[in-house]
Amino acid sequence: MPTFIRLQAGAPALAEDPFTAVGDDQTIPPGDVIISLSRFQTEGEGLLSEGRQVGVRLESHEDVEALAYDLPRIAVVALAFPKFGDGRAYTSARLLRERFHFKGEVRAVGDVLREQAGYMVRCGFDAFEPADGSTAQAWERATHRFRHVYQRASDGRPVAFEGRGG
Amino acid sequence: MYRYDQIDKDILADRSAEFRGQVARRLAGELSEDQFKPLRLRNGLYLQLHAYMLRVAIPYGSLNPTQLRKLAWIGRTYDKGYGHFTTRTNLQFHWIKLADAPEILDALASVDMHAIQTSGNCIRNVTADPYAGATAEEIDDPRVWAEAIRQWSTIHPEFNWLPRKFKIAVSAAAKDRTAAKTHDIGLNLKRARDGVLGFEVMVGGGLGRLPHIAPTVRPFLPAQRLFSYLEAILRVYNRHGRRDNIHKARIKILVAALGAEEFARQVEAEWEKIGTSADLPDTELARIRGAFAPTAFETLPAVSEAFEAAKARSPAFARFARNNLKPHKVAGYAIVEISLKAIGQTPGDATAEQMEVVADLAERFGQDDIRVTHEQNLVLPHVKLDDAPAVWAALAEAGLATANMNLVSDIIACPGLDYCALANARSISVAQNIAAKFADAERAERVGELKIKISGCINACGHHHVGHIGILGVDKKGEEFYQLTLGGSAAEDAGVGQALGPALPYERVAEAVDTLVDVYLRERQGAERFLDTFRRTGVAPFKEAVYADVH
Repeated sequence: MPTFIRLQAGAPALAEDPFTAVGDDQTIPPGDVIISLSRFQTEGEGLLSEGRQVGVRLESHEDVEALAYDLPRIAVVALAFPKFGDGRAYTSARLLRERFHFKGEVRAVGDVLREQAGYMVRCGFDAFEPADGSTAQAWERATHRFRHVYQRASDGRPVAFEGRGG
Repeated sequence: MYRYDQIDKDILADRSAEFRGQVARRLAGELSEDQFKPLRLRNGLYLQLHAYMLRVAIPYGSLNPTQLRKLAWIGRTYDKGYGHFTTRTNLQFHWIKLADAPEILDALASVDMHAIQTSGNCIRNVTADPYAGATAEEIDDPRVWAEAIRQWSTIHPEFNWLPRKFKIAVSAAAKDRTAAKTHDIGLNLKRARDGVLGFEVMVGGGLGRLPHIAPTVRPFLPAQRLFSYLEAILRVYNRHGRRDNIHKARIKILVAALGAEEFARQVEAEWEKIGTSADLPDTELARIRGAFAPTAFETLPAVSEAFEAAKARSPAFARFARNNLKPHKVAGYAIVEISLKAIGQTPGDATAEQMEVVADLAERFGQDDIRVTHEQNLVLPHVKLDDAPAVWAALAEAGLATANMNLVSDIIACPGLDYCALANARSISVAQNIAAKFADAERAERVGELKIKISGCINACGHHHVGHIGILGVDKKGEEFYQLTLGGSAAEDAGVGQALGPALPYERVAEAVDTLVDVYLRERQGAERFLDTFRRTGVAPFKEAVYADVH
């Protein structure tokens, strides 16, 4: 089981994961689940009507636009990193937050290393399943590695040029 | 020049600390080489044939004397006493130990320099017109925009893990000195009829295995909308660029697959959704612009007596003045080009001592300003004509006064098989052989502008596709052969060269170039350059002459 880290009031903390990730070839267990987009499209309605919390896992080639109309009833969007160098999920996360104003959890799953922590938090991820055994402290350090940032992003951090009083 | 403030310095310090930790984790075995590789690449560290290579960023090719002296010091302390200036206006050290890398990055940070994003699948060092602030031709100072792009692209949260490397150039004049159309994004500063400042935006250029000249996706973008537009381009690319095949992953492939029109449509649709939220406020642009405010130039006569007298006295200086001095926007000043292509030298190499000489000259005579060009030369952009003879004399003493700018021996070459693990063939010694053929400076001058570009493999780091004469090293059953292409250009008349014929063995390359030049001299009309003649006559007369020799 990978570690599960969630931002709580902005700070990474180790947490219990209330969701079960279910593969397409597995039967759905009771409780809150994260399922694939295709499974959500066929079975999501039924699961939601049972009063469960449902999350959807998007592969890096799947467009967040496919979820646009379902977002208000989805608890988690899990964005997959098949390799840590595959950067598509950063765009997906920003679109979820900035374009679709998604308020639920955006979770990083797959090849997730602390090297990406800063980028992920900036793009709107708030939950992580690190594959490198990172502790919450290591994640925290990586997240705050840079005291300043040059770009506006989803985290609303003040940007360098704002601090320059231009 | 732009000076780093505390924020810029903090970012370099934080980056250096981060990398120090990553190196420590790698050396302790906590990171695998696979995991470490993209991290070290984003800090400029390559594993080459003999050692690590460190690629230092020189944003828009702009250096001050303190920085150049520090580069000399690093070359002397951690390398073999020299460095290699590249076609991305970076500086490479080829003999670095991994364990020294964090120290070197700290040394760089102490003079506001770094190696951030000089490699890896991210936005690379931005290039700009090396005559910025000195040429009367420019529409606006491209450094302002290039520095803003440098900041925006540094550790970008969304675009640091792209399908492939990504290069941006800012050209500021009708004459393109940045090879803008061979970049992932080429920006050409323009003014609309009503005077509004903007950019022509070209996307999808690139060399490598499949050369593309960038098509224009937007003829005019108002300058204050630059960053939202860049964000839209990068977002379309980050989402839809291919990631299944490293050789098909550059944006040029996406643009070609969609067609420039459809690509532009997707960018515009995304841009509309982004709105102005990603644009840089005018106050920040004004702050950066202030850093590049024109230096106080003296009021001087257009003709310098000292300069004219020196030319009359010394034919060597007169030759240097003819070839290496370019017109400055202010009367009594010149732009001085320093060739790193001395006959017999490795193109782009400079010793620590040479760097120090250039740094001293910039300090004494050049308003503390030094530029690096994508053609692997250096520039002192602001030199008084009165001082040009003294500058020349000091350069000559350091072996830096080769008067061959844009001439046949001003060759671009990649490191080739002498250094690079990817190369099939040597590049440097081919360049040296050609230069030796044209050691007669008078003949070279008669030949005029001729851009030879040499790559040791199809990755095309030597830009052979866009050489007036392009030379590509290939491996044929373990032997070095070279394919010649003619008629390419990286400038405003950009185009990909056309194959001359079957590849030639190593020994025949310089001789073939000699033959090509003879054909040109025979065929040329009026003031035609080699390129013009070739484009008029086509390949036939050249091909005939080179392969006739074979029989």
